[in-house]
Amino acid sequence: MSTVTTIALEHRSPLRTLGWAGPALVILLALPWVTEPYQTILLAYGLVMGIAALGFNLLLGYTGLLSFGHSAYFGVGAYSVAFMVKYLGVTSMELFLAGSVVACMIVTAVFGFACVRYTRIFFGILTMALSQVLWSLAFKFFWVTGGTDGLRVPTPTLLGFITGKGDKIAFLATAYYYYVLGVFVLCVAVMWVIVNSPFGRALQAIRDNEVRAEFVGIQIRQYRWVAFLVSGVFTGLAGALWVPLNGLTTPDIMHWTFSGEIVFMTVLGGFRSFTGPIVGAIVFNYLKTYAIGYTVYWQGLLGLVLVILVLSLPTGIVGMVERLWARWRAK
Amino acid sequence: MSLLLETRKLLKQFGAFRAVDQVDFRVQEGEVLALIGSNGAGKTTLVNLISGLLRADGGEIIFRGQDVTAQSVHERIAAGIARSFQLVNLFDQLSALDNVALAIFSRQGKTRKLFSLAEADRPVWQEAMDILHLFRMEAKARILAGGLSQGERKLLDVAIAYALKPKLLFLDEPTSGVGTREKAPIMDTISSVVRSERISAAIIEHDMDVVFSYADRIVAMHQGTILADGTPDEIRRDQRVLTTLIGTPEARA
Repeated sequence: MSTVTTIALEHRSPLRTLGWAGPALVILLALPWVTEPYQTILLAYGLVMGIAALGFNLLLGYTGLLSFGHSAYFGVGAYSVAFMVKYLGVTSMELFLAGSVVACMIVTAVFGFACVRYTRIFFGILTMALSQVLWSLAFKFFWVTGGTDGLRVPTPTLLGFITGKGDKIAFLATAYYYYVLGVFVLCVAVMWVIVNSPFGRALQAIRDNEVRAEFVGIQIRQYRWVAFLVSGVFTGLAGALWVPLNGLTTPDIMHWTFSGEIVFMTVLGGFRSFTGPIVGAIVFNYLKTYAIGYTVYWQGLLGLVLVILVLSLPTGIVGMVERLWARWRAK
Repeated sequence: MSLLLETRKLLKQFGAFRAVDQVDFRVQEGEVLALIGSNGAGKTTLVNLISGLLRADGGEIIFRGQDVTAQSVHERIAAGIARSFQLVNLFDQLSALDNVALAIFSRQGKTRKLFSLAEADRPVWQEAMDILHLFRMEAKARILAGGLSQGERKLLDVAIAYALKPKLLFLDEPTSGVGTREKAPIMDTISSVVRSERISAAIIEHDMDVVFSYADRIVAMHQGTILADGTPDEIRRDQRVLTTLIGTPEARA
């Protein structure tokens, strides 16, 4: 019996993910030394979006819920930082992260409570509607939020002693890049544990078969709510990391079109795999940056890319790579 | 034998139609009983009411002396009521082993754990493998449930319910949709597991050969009520059952 179990365990895929993680981390660590600051900062944006998409995919890929309102949580994370700067005079990045996590937990707890009563399109519409409410608040209450001018966020203090005084670009491309990378690695590790925990299994069970999940004793709504909470907090954390990079937060990160971008990234990378959303977010970040530089009709170009990708790579980039890898190994 | 489950005047209406009409139904500890009746007789509705899929419109469900009528599905499972489904209900994108393991994790309250690796919990995987072994499916452990044959899916469905360690197990047509030759092995497997663990089981079944050879007691339903209740021999000789459910011997042949 025990030998049979061992074989079963070895064939389980999650551990394979770790084999990819090592080399990838080395590349990410070495990058600031071999590329220009611009490229490093661009990648920092990609990593931040990777955290957002990772959080989003806990709902889409693992729980089977398509949220069209994740811009709200990204925005809550970003605006919490801006408010802490404006009203409390905080400059510590650690306090920014802690504050945005708390703010996101409160917002997702309330929004999630309403949303997890529904599934499929109803869930999607409700998440979108709620995010649009936050967007309109950020848009209209300009005396608090700065309206479309947004709120400025100066470079923060990292770990209590690293400041960006002087060369902002150098700060973002080295110290802040490594800070983002550190949080990114932590987020990936925590999310990896969550999706491979018994709780993560329960979410996948809910995704596959709601009725049966209930009949193995899983309280579906509660589990969905917790997944919603975790998902929103991850995306909010990404929002908090994003603000110092951008130097400014504006209402458009709350707009539903940004939720659409998060969906785009995840589908592009492949929502059926753990690494898909991360790869998708990084690739999307490059695509968008170069598309904007190339043409003023960049949305059209991205739309075209999405159509082609969905039609030709339904399992996303990671799904395609996995298939090619399997075929190559079979030879 | 002591009384395990009792329903008192259990009622379920769909509009004016009484799918289950004031039914008094009992299950004793350790017995295997069969629920028979034509389509629409109310067998599945009765099981849905007791397992919690449907809410009763009247009457009471008493399980081990406790009124569970208002309890949620998850409370009833914790109390010891589990079920399988007529149209197989599995987690198709998880392996057979994962399907069973999930039920064990849930039973042990471990699905509330976010920060521990499911893989690392060896006793659970060992138990899941043992259960697959009991159901003669250990060779299929790593195959996705969606890729199993109909007979295997049926068995896995029962195995998931069994993994919840129920005191009372409802099996809704465990052999429907499988070939005639597969029926007996499936029933043999289920029956041996259930009897060796002394789990009470209530099986909804249409195949009379299956019913008469595996059940201790038979409850025949008709139009939402219980028409007859007795041993296989008594039911075989019951005129009402013969005419309304089984048909005359000539008609059967």
